[in-house]
Amino acid sequence: MIELRDLTKRYGGTTAVDRLTLTVRPGHVTGFLGPNGAGKSTTLRLVLGLHRPTGGTALVDGQPFAGRPRGLRYAGALLDAGDVHGGRSARAHLAALARSNGLPRARVGEVLDQVGLSEVAGRRIGGFSLGMRQRLGIAAALLGDPPVLMFDEPFNGLDPEGVRWVRGLFRRLAAEGRTVLVSSHLMGEMEQTADHLVVIGRGELLVDESLAAFAARTAHDRVVVRTPDPAALGAALAAAGGVVTRNDDGLTVTGLPAGRVGELAFRAGVVVYGLHADAASLEEAFMALTADRLDYAAGGR
Amino acid sequence: MRARFRDLLAAEWIKLWSLRSTYGALALIAVSAVLFSARAALGDHHNWPDYPAERRASFDPIHDAFPEEGWLFVMLAAGAVGAVMIAGEYASGQIRSTFLAVPDRRAVVTAKVTVLAAVMLAVGAVAASASFWVSQTILADRDAGASIGDPGALRAVVASTLLLPVCALIGFGVGALVRHTAPAVVVTTTLLLLAPLAFDIDRRWSAAIHNALPVPAWERLVGNPYVLPNLHVATVPGSWAVYAVWPVAAALLAVVVVHRREP
Repeated sequence: MIELRDLTKRYGGTTAVDRLTLTVRPGHVTGFLGPNGAGKSTTLRLVLGLHRPTGGTALVDGQPFAGRPRGLRYAGALLDAGDVHGGRSARAHLAALARSNGLPRARVGEVLDQVGLSEVAGRRIGGFSLGMRQRLGIAAALLGDPPVLMFDEPFNGLDPEGVRWVRGLFRRLAAEGRTVLVSSHLMGEMEQTADHLVVIGRGELLVDESLAAFAARTAHDRVVVRTPDPAALGAALAAAGGVVTRNDDGLTVTGLPAGRVGELAFRAGVVVYGLHADAASLEEAFMALTADRLDYAAGGR
Repeated sequence: MRARFRDLLAAEWIKLWSLRSTYGALALIAVSAVLFSARAALGDHHNWPDYPAERRASFDPIHDAFPEEGWLFVMLAAGAVGAVMIAGEYASGQIRSTFLAVPDRRAVVTAKVTVLAAVMLAVGAVAASASFWVSQTILADRDAGASIGDPGALRAVVASTLLLPVCALIGFGVGALVRHTAPAVVVTTTLLLLAPLAFDIDRRWSAAIHNALPVPAWERLVGNPYVLPNLHVATVPGSWAVYAVWPVAAALLAVVVVHRREP
């Protein structure tokens, strides 16, 4: 469990994190979302004691993490895959971390196996790709078998197989009853990874709810229909109360469920090539939510 | 599970010996120390028949064991090892991985300082003893060599042994303060090797500052004839004090700045 209470961090005149109050619960993968510069990484660093808060508190399993003499058994984190000395081998890097916490040497081999780096364990990290470094960072986070895990943008640099593996790993870790917090600036990544969402913008909490609740409150059921006769179908749907917009190869309908659209097409005798409910609305909801909280918006406002 | 300090020592030991640069720097120290000592002794050995009687009488064989120009490499490399040990962690970002594993930053720095001092002390003992033995064996051929029981000989060997941890810890303090590898090495070199040149040893206060610097203290303790004739020569106990104060101050500085500043 991670508990933030009025957590605040100011650097000079800028407020990076603004009175953030939040509880991240065990047993879930919690997606931590926000546009670039929203304060996600700063929040994680405050939780992990790397930075000191200007105000408020951050507790990891009931205690400030900075107060623990050794950390790996209490929380594991991947903050930046580049936070390693390139001159060391992956095995030496993990061996030093394990030893500093009095963990058995065998843990190094276990986590290397778990992340799939066993074969390159003796090579210098400097020669690793970003994806391999991400795996090494995840291995370091898992070393102490901690109940709380935090990952900052873990999908960066991973190939599709790696992304799938990481998602599976996060779900397994949560299913084991651990607290798993995963930050990202891309909603699409979270949609398939997290079951709970926390969204911040400019350091302030915007959303703290389940993925299902977030989807429900923002989805305006859209149905996309592909048809060779959009005019006839459009008229039939509009007559039934749908709001219809034409696009390249068909129509987009709101206000009518997918089943009702198919029924109306059948009644009107219009050929339909394809019909589906549009599920891409989470990304849009996220964009709408954070649009006025972007630090760096394209197009120069 | 208790947090044991010796686990931190072991971790820093692994970190130090898993970098190739450590081996290079330590080899440079040991080899350059012995080679320059042998070179100085061979020079005097070769010229000995031409030396007039008064030169032979005032000849200081210990100076050949620890010639300043050769031991500059030793100081430079020792300072660089210390600077890189901490600044390299900051520059690479490794320090954040270290602090996630060990949130107690003061313990991390204390472990680093302990491992650094112990390793440099061992390397210093090897380099200083070998330099003394090789140079005095060469000079013994002319009956000009000193033995370790001669006045000042043991002091010179001990001071030269300690020179390595002293320079390394000063480098460590600078590295903790500067946190970038190359600037840390440059500042360390400046402090150790160039700063003494900035002071006029014929003026009282200027000489006092000069004598309070670590490398002039070493020169005094090995009894180099170059420093002996000046008017404001440092005392031996004073020079030992300089030897003690610099590394301790550097280590304390490192503990404080690493604990206080955000990585």
